[in-house]
Amino acid sequence: MTQDSILQVKGLGMQFGGIRALHQVSFEVSRHSITALIGPNGAGKTTVFNCLTGFYRATQGQIKLQTRQQTTDVVQILGEPFQWGDFIRPRQFGSRLFYKLFGGVHRVNQAGLARTFQNIRLFREMSVVENLLVAQHRQLNRNLLAGVFNTPAFRHSEREALERAFYWLEQVDLLASANRLAGELSYGQQRRLEIARAMCTQPELLCLDEPAAGLNPAETEALSQMIQTLRRQHALSILLIEHDMGLVMNTSDHIIVLDQGQVIAEGTPEVIRNHPDVITAYLGTEEDFL
Amino acid sequence: MKALLMRYWPYWSGPVRDAGFAGLMALILFGPVVGVVLKGYDFELHPSRVALLVGIVILGRLLLSLALQTARGKVWLQRFELGRDQGVQVVPAHQKSLWRWVLPLIILAALILPFYANKYLLTVVILGLIYVLLGLGLNIVVGLAGLLDLGYVAFYAIGAYGLALGYEHLGLGFWTMLPLAAVLAAVAGAILGFPVLRMHGDYLAIVTLGFGEIIRLVLNNWLSFTGGPNGLSAPSPTLLGLEFGRRAKDGGTPFHEFFGLTYDPNYKFIFIYLVLLLVVLLVLYVKQRLVRMPIGRAWEALREDEIACRSMGLNHVLVKLSAFMLGASTAGLAGVFFATYQGFVNPTSFTFFESALILAIVVLGGMGSTLGVVIAAFVLTVAPELLRSFADYRVLLFGVLMVLMMIWRPRGLIRVSRRGVVPPVAQGAA
Ligand SMILES: Nc1ncnc2c1ncn2[C@@H]1O[C@H](COP(=O)(O)OP(=O)(O)O)[C@@H](O)[C@H]1O
Ligand SMILES: [Mg+2]
Repeated sequence: MTQDSILQVKGLGMQFGGIRALHQVSFEVSRHSITALIGPNGAGKTTVFNCLTGFYRATQGQIKLQTRQQTTDVVQILGEPFQWGDFIRPRQFGSRLFYKLFGGVHRVNQAGLARTFQNIRLFREMSVVENLLVAQHRQLNRNLLAGVFNTPAFRHSEREALERAFYWLEQVDLLASANRLAGELSYGQQRRLEIARAMCTQPELLCLDEPAAGLNPAETEALSQMIQTLRRQHALSILLIEHDMGLVMNTSDHIIVLDQGQVIAEGTPEVIRNHPDVITAYLGTEEDFL
Repeated sequence: MKALLMRYWPYWSGPVRDAGFAGLMALILFGPVVGVVLKGYDFELHPSRVALLVGIVILGRLLLSLALQTARGKVWLQRFELGRDQGVQVVPAHQKSLWRWVLPLIILAALILPFYANKYLLTVVILGLIYVLLGLGLNIVVGLAGLLDLGYVAFYAIGAYGLALGYEHLGLGFWTMLPLAAVLAAVAGAILGFPVLRMHGDYLAIVTLGFGEIIRLVLNNWLSFTGGPNGLSAPSPTLLGLEFGRRAKDGGTPFHEFFGLTYDPNYKFIFIYLVLLLVVLLVLYVKQRLVRMPIGRAWEALREDEIACRSMGLNHVLVKLSAFMLGASTAGLAGVFFATYQGFVNPTSFTFFESALILAIVVLGGMGSTLGVVIAAFVLTVAPELLRSFADYRVLLFGVLMVLMMIWRPRGLIRVSRRGVVPPVAQGAA
């Protein structure tokens, strides 16, 4: 374990009934890097994301986040089942009970990990700005009385939220669409809005699930620039699932290749490009890949 | 003639098929209902009556289909189709709303009303306002947070019985119970909601449906505590300790003597009306604020996409719970007003039909729309009073109204609009 990795995954396994979607997946994401997770369709990339962000409870393995100056155990904060030992150790029992009652996916985000979805999930009937305000929920003044009486402190908090929202709209080039419904935006705009929304939660690690899917070459190029800017300007680490090999090879520092639920290769773009196993896994899409 | 028919057959074929199908349906429906008449232990067949009804249906359907094929018919059809698309819209931030002028006028009219209305009108309007309160509360739960609550009437019952029982057993009056009932209902909502809200949406509908029935059955059967089917009497409100009865209990001065007025039983209803109006305005204001607050936005986001919400760091259980509790406490308030207005409570006021009625108010009004809910509440509660002679057909009219609304305005009476925002930089310059 290197000191400067933001995410460590060890021996991750995920079983859906009889289907073994992931088996002994281990990798690390170093801080301020862009790491890509690639592999053919159905390799289990999205499943890895869902385990990292807590939507699936991994059947095996450990996921550790080193964010906000502390270590977060993703498996623990999702709320584990009670063990016999807990009943004689009140402290451990208390912590298990707490996470069972109040744990869950939202805690992973609060720990500093944000994600986007392969099939875009925006709040379609809310305006673009409102989408970004919802993402800032945790940072706002949530006192009911302050809100009802519209106190100066509340107005200040709302104003700051608006400023942040407009800052991110500018970053993803959506200023002109601020007051439109999110569902009305074009596909490319929706993808960008989803990234902005994830950034509004002030993450340290951003996980993007196929952000370039459905974009045209110009939009993909712009996205590539945006991802690099994000990393540079906002002290961000990025984990990226992508099929567009041009984007992956140009932007990422480190690539992890997944096939049939297992890591088959890992390394810099140079190494991956010439790795025999990777070429076999991608057989048939070879020209596209190289 | 035949040649003419054949030539225009493409235009005829659709309507004829429609008419044939409608006729078949009518035959199946009317056949047993109208065609077979019991006579003592025997029955008679009346095929001619069935034939007449089926004939009317076939002819009507044929004419309707033909009419809809004409140019004017098509335009008319399109109007229906358009209504379908009217979803949410964003209003520009600086657009001045007409409400700034209309609202004060409405409030003024509402304040003057009780002094000119007779008792009957007053009681009808009070009932309407109680349903406005219920509709607003359920609108938070169903319209904003997207949680289907089929047992909402349970919280209404908790409020109403709270007043009656608090008076009976603890000697608490209207003013103590008003806030207390809201808290009680919210606590009941929390106890019910916490385990259920972490499960998937459909469970909530089933559990709340069950909860509503449980509360009603308990009220009905726990004779020693709730008085069973006979119910309990509920106290009238007081104005700074002055009672509105002809004679005050315990030797105090009643309201009319204190002010040197002649006794009028209307005073009590005027007072209830004014307090209720105040509470409704307050709830309206709070609702208006809530949708601009983080919690209100979180409710709507949760309705839109729960998974995205959770990945944004929102604890979905607590967000849902807050909506559920606020909705419940509003119903608790409404319950207290209902009990004091009726003077007594019994379980028949809290059946599933009530829950369905309140849900209908929310759906007809337009999910999430405040104005829509207020209008729908008055339409659905005041209209049946005005149409007394149709009382037997109330549920039928109700059903027809629902079907028409679903065709014409599936998203509710009032189109939901969201307020746009001005970029903060421009705000600073202005
Ligand atoms: N919720 C689920 N239930 C059952 N099987 C699943 C589920 N999610 C993913 N899988 C299975 O896991 C495998 C990997 O899927 P996925 O992670 O979506 O692949 P990728 O994102 O790499 O294309 C697939 O075979 C899929 O059928
Ligand atoms: Mg995938």
